[in-house]
Amino acid sequence: MDVQAWTFLIVGGTFALYIGIAIWSRANTTGDFYIAGRGVHPVVNGMATGADWMSAASFISMAGLISFMGYDGAVYLMGWTGGYVLLALLLAPYLRKFGKFTVPDFVGDRYYSNGARIVAVVCAVFVSFTYVAGQMRGVGVVFSRFLEVDINVGVGIGMAIVFFYAVLGGMKGITYTQAAQYCVLIFAYLVPAIFISILLTDKYIPQIGFGANLAGDIGSRVAGGETITLMDKLNQLNTELGFAEYTSGKKSMLDVLCITGALMAGTAGLPHVIVRFYTVPKVRDARISAGWALFFIALLYTTAPAVAAFARTNLIDTVSDASYAEAEGEKSIPQWFKTWEDTGLLAWVDKNEDGKVQYVAGAALAGKPAFTDERGTHGQRMVSNSNSETKNELYVDRDIIVLANPEIANLPAWVIALVAAGGLAAALSTAAGLLLVVSTSVSHDLLKRVFVPSITEKQELLAARIAAAFAVLIAGYFGINPPGFVAQVVAFAFGLACSSFFPAIILGIFVKRANREGVVSGMLAGIIFTASYIIYFKFMGGTPDQLWFGISPEGIGALGMLINFAVAFVVSRFTPPPPIEIQELVEHIRVPSGASGPSAMH
Amino acid sequence: MTEQPNNNDNARRYWARNLRLLVTFLVIWWVVSYGAGIIFVDALDGITIPGTGFPLGFWFAQQGSIYVFVALIFLYSWLMNKLDKEFDVHED
Repeated sequence: MDVQAWTFLIVGGTFALYIGIAIWSRANTTGDFYIAGRGVHPVVNGMATGADWMSAASFISMAGLISFMGYDGAVYLMGWTGGYVLLALLLAPYLRKFGKFTVPDFVGDRYYSNGARIVAVVCAVFVSFTYVAGQMRGVGVVFSRFLEVDINVGVGIGMAIVFFYAVLGGMKGITYTQAAQYCVLIFAYLVPAIFISILLTDKYIPQIGFGANLAGDIGSRVAGGETITLMDKLNQLNTELGFAEYTSGKKSMLDVLCITGALMAGTAGLPHVIVRFYTVPKVRDARISAGWALFFIALLYTTAPAVAAFARTNLIDTVSDASYAEAEGEKSIPQWFKTWEDTGLLAWVDKNEDGKVQYVAGAALAGKPAFTDERGTHGQRMVSNSNSETKNELYVDRDIIVLANPEIANLPAWVIALVAAGGLAAALSTAAGLLLVVSTSVSHDLLKRVFVPSITEKQELLAARIAAAFAVLIAGYFGINPPGFVAQVVAFAFGLACSSFFPAIILGIFVKRANREGVVSGMLAGIIFTASYIIYFKFMGGTPDQLWFGISPEGIGALGMLINFAVAFVVSRFTPPPPIEIQELVEHIRVPSGASGPSAMH
Repeated sequence: MTEQPNNNDNARRYWARNLRLLVTFLVIWWVVSYGAGIIFVDALDGITIPGTGFPLGFWFAQQGSIYVFVALIFLYSWLMNKLDKEFDVHED
């Protein structure tokens, strides 16, 4: 069978599985719809959290990013895992004890204020939509690359699937499909990684091969008879071509600290992640479940930097000074190069007209390649971009690192199909989790808690379903007509989560004296500061030399968080303490016993 | 199911013990990531992990910190379950 047949088979099979699970796990009550009836086993919740958390970006783009960033890629690796320690230690058990359904529930109740609740809802909806647009686009892209259907058709298929299990099953349906999606995506990620590891280092475990000597089919060729570790060789290759050493970074230390901090606290403050810990039966399940979640996430996150290093070594070795056309007795580029050139992820401009690929530091083209219909003298696709000043002739899209892995390693067709299914699983599972946050925010936080408290359970469930349906449609719209600023607004999602929710929740649990006035002003100060900085630098043409202490917009949330904490602390001191029943609520959430009560508020 | 402890003192001591654990764990969390992976990365990169090609600081930044994170959560969870029982605030 060819790749396409395999892809139809495997993708179709996984979709059928998701639909089957959705039918089996229909939601009958709002409790089922919002928090899966609090009956999810902690290990299953860990898997679901893993899939919920790992998006199309983690699956498709992260290894590629690291591959080109070297050491600096650690900001994502540590930032997107370290947040789980904060979650497990500082948030999850207490929020689980508090009970209820959403993050705005906690903010609104703990700070006895519907104003705070609405600020939280607006942030939650904004963060979720920001994120989901990228996921739907990701679904479309995977479809178009692997099944050669139009991107928009791909988005449509993705919408239909998510619509089915999110609207029908709510959190209950999403949880069990996410657990299945985790299995698909991790298998799809690890299989090619293991093969590549064997090819480059002769080790079965990528995390070990990453630090080992070059060996195996490709590895021995790269080493050229020397005994040398992959790391040393990679540093050597990078330096020869004028790139920074792989194991050292280019960003300033303060910037790395801030970005890592913002991503960690942002992760711990993302509503679609937090809400997963409401679904387990007990407080102690919430603690251990965060451990399982991070374990499952770590399987991918410790493999990604290994894949990044393998692929980088292989890429440089394969393309550097290779002749584009087949040439007798000379190194020429492999077939996968041409396959991915056809999809537009690679572009080659023969600047010095020697027919060979020169790959050195610097951008090859001004911007992304704009292909014309013509072919060059060697058969390469021509681009209409103006050439940049550098000697570099090769444009490489970062996504190629994961997508092309199976071909680079000459793996069978079914593995390529598996990667497609894995990318789709990663995108769909994250999209579903985010859409649920949006729907719950509307039906529960706005309707039930603020505007129409008299709504019945049945009506609320119907409202949740309608809201979910609308959210899918809006997400699909953004997937088909992606706003040009999607990449930029991702910084927003983390910046906002980290400068608004995270401090508000931490203070609500650990500082009894934190009151409404303090936390609302803290949240506003944090959000306004962070948002202005990001908007100025991302949309109003702020230049790098204007950055404060060199902190990039991605990392500014860390400073916004400190401002939030400081303002909340000071204002709380000078305003009346919270009412006595709120102080009792704080006492109540600090101890695990009595969690199964119907409500935390008496 | 245990009743909520009426004894305020018990709850306060439980909370103090929990805070002490939290501080210890967060210090370790901070040291392996921000410390070893970022602030002291250049110094640690002078050391190569024996038998591998990993500079130590780089390894902490891209591998080691993550392993420690996972271990921290499981360990904290286990210690807290013991603490819950000791203070009789566990759930069942």
